[in-house]
Amino acid sequence: MYQYDTYDQSAVDARVEEFRDQVARRLSGALSEDQFKPLRLMNGLYLQLHAYMLRVAVPYGTLSGQQMHMLAHIARKYDRGYGHFTTRQNIQYNWIKLDEAPDILAELATVEMHAIQTSGNCIRNISSDQYAGAAADEVADPRPWAELLRQWSSFHPEFSYLPRKFKICVIASAEDRAAMRLHDIGIELVKRDGVLGGRIFAGGGMGRTPMIAPEIKDFVAADDLLSYLEAALRVYNRHGRRDNIYKARIKILIHEIGAKEYKRQVEEEFAHVKTLGIDPPLAEFDRIAAFFAPPAWEQGLSDDLDLSDPDFRLWVDQNVIAHQTPGYAIANISLKPIGGIPGDASADQIDLMADLATRYSFDELRVTHAQNIVLPHVKKADLYTIWQALDEAGLATANLDLISDIIACPGLDYCSLANARSIPLAQKIGQRFADPERQRDLGELKLKISGCINACGHHHAGHIGILGVDRKGTENYQLLFGGSGAEDVSLAKIIGPGFSEDGVVDAIEKATDVYKALRTDGERFVDTYRRVGMDPFKEAIYG
Amino acid sequence: MGDPLTFRTDGAHEEPAVTLDSFLDQSNATAVRLEPGEDARALLPYLDRLALVEVAFPAFRDGRGYSAARILRESGYTGELRAQGDVLVDQLAYMRRCGFDSFAPEKPLDPAVVKTSLERYEHPYQATIDGRAPIWKLRHG
Ligand code: SF4
Repeated sequence: MYQYDTYDQSAVDARVEEFRDQVARRLSGALSEDQFKPLRLMNGLYLQLHAYMLRVAVPYGTLSGQQMHMLAHIARKYDRGYGHFTTRQNIQYNWIKLDEAPDILAELATVEMHAIQTSGNCIRNISSDQYAGAAADEVADPRPWAELLRQWSSFHPEFSYLPRKFKICVIASAEDRAAMRLHDIGIELVKRDGVLGGRIFAGGGMGRTPMIAPEIKDFVAADDLLSYLEAALRVYNRHGRRDNIYKARIKILIHEIGAKEYKRQVEEEFAHVKTLGIDPPLAEFDRIAAFFAPPAWEQGLSDDLDLSDPDFRLWVDQNVIAHQTPGYAIANISLKPIGGIPGDASADQIDLMADLATRYSFDELRVTHAQNIVLPHVKKADLYTIWQALDEAGLATANLDLISDIIACPGLDYCSLANARSIPLAQKIGQRFADPERQRDLGELKLKISGCINACGHHHAGHIGILGVDRKGTENYQLLFGGSGAEDVSLAKIIGPGFSEDGVVDAIEKATDVYKALRTDGERFVDTYRRVGMDPFKEAIYG
Repeated sequence: MGDPLTFRTDGAHEEPAVTLDSFLDQSNATAVRLEPGEDARALLPYLDRLALVEVAFPAFRDGRGYSAARILRESGYTGELRAQGDVLVDQLAYMRRCGFDSFAPEKPLDPAVVKTSLERYEHPYQATIDGRAPIWKLRHG
């Protein structure tokens, strides 16, 4: 994992002091709320329905046991004993007091963490593949690139007052586990003539106008990357729309002028920017990459696993993924127990996961955009012990990528922008499909719920998506089918009139019945839907 | 509005700035004002003759002026580059990094806060035209 040197540490420490000073000026009245708002947002602090919410960055979703313990500590000391892992691979605390926020940032800084740019119209926390450095199918570890981008984007003087927020994702596998093409800029690392570089996509996003990012450059070498991104951002900063907040994301600019024209402008700007010498030397890239060198794998480990315990077997089948190294595995910890709040974990659970990582996973954890946690490097021989510990803590739900592994935004229970609640609906759906056999029979089925059109719950990318709307003062839910945030990326479509909370659960059940009746061998829900179209589903649901 | 806060040794330029349109029409002006939507590159043929470019920030949230400033500096402009309007102390350091060397804020800034804000971050991550060595350079000499 990356470790701060004195430069990184002093930048983060300076930020804590700056924010302490800004909060003091706000509390004294020297700063108006209007002036303070963008400053607190750039430190991840939102004003929500009931309290301040603090979003802490987990850069590219990677953290150490010690950092995870700190997250538990903050949950206990400053919140109500739990935290919420988000679709941005971050963690949010929902019950924060403004005057304590600087102290929280100071505590985070002691373990090389921060909340910098987790909100605001700036470059946000870089997202990446949660299996980076462990996945069997990656061409390289994407995290050194993500860390390079973290540093470049932190306190960027030109791009801190963009038209709108800006999200960048880096992956390095053909399989997309991070919804790369639904980012403002998506980078897929590829090899060309033995050289690693980035294939660049731009203008994706969800929100009220979902778009899949088109490719704008087939290959950018490592030592051109920052110049290229600087050019891409500059074109956006200058020409992105600022007249209408709903049209201010880069996807609208690219949609309006066309990917080709955007690309032309970026190339022109790049030709200029490249002459300025703003790209760090490859030695800097190598310095960063050295922190992500593979851990000292034990050689000659067995791949055998005793699966005689049926519950353990179920968990292994569902939540454990092949690792690039023999004898090791990737273990997913589901934060979606039936009836639970998707993405929530108690301080005790967070501590336990931290301990397991330190003991069994080379001190590493990952946060996934599906709001789960990963132990990326565990010995197969340790899986049973790990599973027992998780099971005892209510963390061994065997439902990865099944219908109850629901992504849900905080919705009307917390969020000031929400139209409808997401959490109770997720709980009801989980309960309806609680039977493990039934879920497994339905296979991979990605269900995603957003409490409003802003789409934090990624409903556009759900095999089944649910969007909460306000219909004449009552909560109403629209149902969408056929989305995907993976390499088969697609946008879900609304199937028809909306439903009440119970109505939407019934409708989903009917849809799964249609799927079961029509599926051919090996077809997932989304495959069947794509093959047969919406009609049979609509008929069953509305007919 | 008092005198601009300037970081230039030659002080603030006194001639009032004209609009970009009038500047492009009547070619003897030496001071021009750029609105957020105007293209800084339109000034590139005239950089030698310009003594002041005033970049308007009608609202601090509109960050186009940061790009305008960098483009002018990156193209060799050495005259006064002034940020005018809704210029707040918490944006000053970034503006300096983008090449602004004078400020005409609508509301006066507290000089003590200005000083701490500008000195807060010892080293920047990015290379810009302001001449400060980025952290990667310090790491690798
Ligand atoms: S989707 Fe809407 S309700 Fe849900 S967290 Fe985002 S803004 Fe809030």
